Parts: sequence; structure tokens; C-alpha cells
Amino acid sequence: MTTRTASSPSGDLSLPALPLGQILPWAIFGGLLLILALYFVGAEQGATSMFSGTAVHEFVHDGRHMLGFPCH
Amino acid sequence: MTGNLLLRGLFAGLLAGMLAFGFATVFGEPQVDRAIAFEESTGHEHSHGDASAAPEEEEVFSRQTQAGIGLFTGVMVYSLSMGGLFALVFAYAMGRLGAFGLGPRGLAALLAMLALVAVFVVPGLKYPANPPAVGDPATIGQRTRLFFLLMLVSVAAMVLAINAARALLPRLGGWNATLLAGLLYGAVMVAAAVAFPTFNEVPEHFPASLLWQFRVASLGIQVVLWAALGLAFGWLAERYLLGAPKVRRGARLRG
Repeated sequence: MTTRTASSPSGDLSLPALPLGQILPWAIFGGLLLILALYFVGAEQGATSMFSGTAVHEFVHDGRHMLGFPCH
Repeated sequence: MTGNLLLRGLFAGLLAGMLAFGFATVFGEPQVDRAIAFEESTGHEHSHGDASAAPEEEEVFSRQTQAGIGLFTGVMVYSLSMGGLFALVFAYAMGRLGAFGLGPRGLAALLAMLALVAVFVVPGLKYPANPPAVGDPATIGQRTRLFFLLMLVSVAAMVLAINAARALLPRLGGWNATLLAGLLYGAVMVAAAVAFPTFNEVPEHFPASLLWQFRVASLGIQVVLWAALGLAFGWLAERYLLGAPKVRRGARLRG
């Protein structure tokens, strides 16, 4: 790891590169969950449905329009 | 370290979502209400407002619920998800875009700006946000697929452009490498916009000014969201990576 000296005017801002193996588990589990959440806001009960009915679509209706997703 | 950054991303997303919700309530909701009023006046009713037009499509939530807790939930879930994904991208990028000499806050601001462009602005030029009453329900499947596909193409093109900039940097210098990368992204997106089908489903007599104002409000929401996300996350990440400002002088980078 780099040690910064007080003399450098703006400070050394170099950051460590995280090994892929350390990021990957988070990226897979976190990323999948987050993308699933996005799907529910953006597309569920619009083009495709995991649950029948229109409750999810109607509940997030205004957000879906304003966030730019095709709504109906 | 990735987990900690992910938490900070969610926290930044929480903050960004609240600001975006405030903006959406003030600037977006009036346009949605006007669009629904237009929709009802022309009889293209679909489950908002009075349910008498279509008995099988009865109102699930009141307009008040949709504009309040419903909008809040939608914007918050979107913002939290983007915050988390943003943190993962940041975790990957932070040591790898080091050649550009940005600190955590600079990198977060740059990534947020690029994300706004790649996720919303450029795909939105082809498939813009539409208010209620605009859009043919018969094509919703096709429009949704193409919307997400174009977003995916845009993000992939942005990743390609960033990698191109990194590769060209030693030979061409920062200015020319960045210009060429921007040109590459632009060229890919123009080609995609030409190749993808166009939809014009704005009903006759729908007010052009309302459509414009709705889309400006929609852009505003995203600008507020990504600006807040980038700046808040940068601040949080810097405190984590470089320590609090008071003790930062001569401090060690925490690994």
C-alpha cells in the first residue's frame, strides 16, 4: 500500500485495485438481487409477469413512467 | 472491502432516492396528472381514475397512493439498486482507472456522469420516457425488450469506450484518448439508434408542451439522482478509503 507524504500538495489519491475474486461474489449475489429489484420497478406486470394481476404495475406506475420505463 | 463499499452505495442511493422523489413529486406529478386527464377526456382509459369504463380493470390503487407511497417505493427501489450497482462498478474501477489520477470523489463523480449518459440520456434519445396516454399497449412487449436491449448496448459501448481510453492514454495523452473514446461511444450509439425500430405512439392532439415538460421532468429526476449518488458515494468512499479529513494528512491507505 502506498504511504502518502504530507509534502505532496494535493495528496496521493491512488487507490488499490481490488482483485476480481474479491469483487465477484458480491457482484453475483448483490448484482442479481439489485437487478431483480430493478425488474420489479421497471417491467413486472408490463411486458412480462412473474405474478398475475396488476398490483405491482399499478403501485409503481408513476415511478415507472417518470424513470423512463415503457409502462403500457 | 467490496461489501463495505456496497453498503455505502446503498446509503448514497437512499439519499439520492429521497432527493429524486422530492423532485419527481414537485416537477413530475403535475405532468402525470395532466396526461391522465387527457387520457380520460379522450376515453383511452386504462385503470387509472374512475373504473366505470372497464369493469374488469378496476382501480387497484388510488391516484393518491400511486403518486405518494407508490412513487416513493418505485424511485427508492430504483435508486437503491443503482446505488448498489454503482458501488460494485466503483469497486472494480477504483484501482484500474488510476491512470486518470482521480481520487475517490473524482472517480465517483466521473462514473456517475458516465452512468447517467449511458443508462438514461443516450438510450432515452431513441426511446424517451412517456407519460400516461402515450404508448400502444399492443407493443409493450416489443418496446420493453428493445428498451432494455438498447440500454444494455449503451452500457456495453460505454465500457468499451472507457477501455479504449485506457489503452490509448499512454500513446495519445488524456485529451486525444478521451476524445477518441467519446467518438467510439457516439458512433456505436448512432449505429444502434439507426438500426433499432422507431415507435411513434403519441395520440393525436396530445399536447406537445406536456410531452416536452414530462420528459424534461423525467430527465431532471435522473440528473438529481445520479448527481446525488455520485457526490454522496464519493464522499462516503473517500472517508472509508482515505480516512476522515482530519486525520488524513500522512495517513496510510487502508487496505
